[in-house]
Amino acid sequence: MLQVSDLHAYYGKSHILQGVSLEVGDNEIVSILGRNGVGRSTTLKAIMGDPAPQGRITFRGKPVAGRSPHEIAHLGIGFVPEERAIFPSLTVEQNLLLGIKRGVENPRWSLEETWKLFPQLKDRANAPGGALSGGEQQMLTICRTLMGNPDLIMIDEPTEGLAPQMVERIGELLQEIAQRGISILLVEQRLVIAMRISHRVYVMGHGQIVFEGTPAELLANEAIRREWLEV
Amino acid sequence: MLEIILVSTLNGVLYGMLLFLMASGLTVIFSMMGVLNLAHASFYMLGAFFGFEISRRLGFWPALIIAPVLVGLIGMAVERYGLRRVHKHGHVAELLFTFGLTFVITEMVEMFWGKLPVDYRVPPSLDFAAFTVFSVNYPAFRLFVLLISVAIFIALLLTIKRTRIGLIVQAALTHPGMVGMLGHNVDRIFMLVFGVGVGLAAIAGVIAGPILITQSNMAALLGPILFVVVVVGGLGSLGGALVASLLIGLVQTFAVAFNVSLADLFGTSQLSAVLEVWLADIWRVTIAQIAPIMPYILLVLVLIFRPRGLMGTRDT
Repeated sequence: MLQVSDLHAYYGKSHILQGVSLEVGDNEIVSILGRNGVGRSTTLKAIMGDPAPQGRITFRGKPVAGRSPHEIAHLGIGFVPEERAIFPSLTVEQNLLLGIKRGVENPRWSLEETWKLFPQLKDRANAPGGALSGGEQQMLTICRTLMGNPDLIMIDEPTEGLAPQMVERIGELLQEIAQRGISILLVEQRLVIAMRISHRVYVMGHGQIVFEGTPAELLANEAIRREWLEV
Repeated sequence: MLEIILVSTLNGVLYGMLLFLMASGLTVIFSMMGVLNLAHASFYMLGAFFGFEISRRLGFWPALIIAPVLVGLIGMAVERYGLRRVHKHGHVAELLFTFGLTFVITEMVEMFWGKLPVDYRVPPSLDFAAFTVFSVNYPAFRLFVLLISVAIFIALLLTIKRTRIGLIVQAALTHPGMVGMLGHNVDRIFMLVFGVGVGLAAIAGVIAGPILITQSNMAALLGPILFVVVVVGGLGSLGGALVASLLIGLVQTFAVAFNVSLADLFGTSQLSAVLEVWLADIWRVTIAQIAPIMPYILLVLVLIFRPRGLMGTRDT
């Protein structure tokens, strides 16, 4: 579905991504693990077109690199940024409605379903997005991207700063998304969730992929874990 | 006294609403695109001159529609073929681009209409006294300008709060990048907002032209005040722009109306004799004389004590 090969990206003069190659298949949950600052978030952002990617990115055979973010969104890639980017002055419902893309028919995910899955969002439908708690904002931002009916959703650190109970709910939500045939490319620092739900994992270090395999293979590979994951 | 207060209030609100017509576009453009459009007042001037020229040929009412549309189209072209290309090179380049644009527009205006004021008059259909308070005749055209400004304010508010494009604009005020990643064509929205923004400034020009003086220096006279409005109101806040516009409109008109100096306030007491020596330089300066710098004093105070502006969402 998504194929990235030899991806490079720069912020100013710093060479952040130095030849990243990865792929995500249909109905697959793939995680990118690694310490802070190794380029995991930048990988997702570069796929979305900002910072401008250099290298080959294709989605269902169509070239992605060189397109603008809104065109990439229309190809079927959804992005949930780490900073959540809730529109603070708009209501919860308006935030969700802005996720709907023009020309999308029969979306897998509707407003009704969001309300059903997260009754606490429905209770606050008319509250400004900025007034939500961290966990509620995380659900809102994921659901907002789902409203655009992506075939692949890229989610950056969804459990960061959340209470353990909320982390569990996010984990359930990710599995619910996958069950509807939406592929997931997840960037996570908490190994527990990522290892439990992912089909495959990549480990990143210094702007490159340093390990690729199943969660079980990563568990077995202590050297990689010690060098690139454990603090 | 009462008549001064009433007339000054009306004039202050009128001037404030005219400022708001211009500042609303400026603040939305700035918060969405990060572009401080130094040429914003120049588009207001273009509106006034187009209004004058079209009024002369077709009459005032067609001018009220055609001039802002023309200016809006010019604005969209400037955004699409100018600003968007300059954008790649950063904010300083954009700033210089709009700075240069002010000179281009001023020179063009002087080429066509010269440096002297043009004879842009109140249309005959609105040239009568709307009402008389005490012995003052209040011109109908001023009332009309007030009504138009209020109507546009309401239309703008409804568009922004109730329509989908308005929601996208609101969202793009805080997170333009995210709006694009949700699949909305941010570039096209920027172009539209720039066009509508300078179009609103042009409406202000068409209706203010007959009251103020339509001359090639009118942009330079008004430009700085606009930035005061945007900073005082707070970046990204239309509500703030409205409050700041009215505040500055009222402060300026009231200041002009009151011919009071420190000397008048303290009368001829012993204290005043002492103070007069200490404050000799400003002792006889009247409030009316310092009216033009009052907005800038307000600007400095706001920047010191409330850098976010009255209702801003982020720091200047």
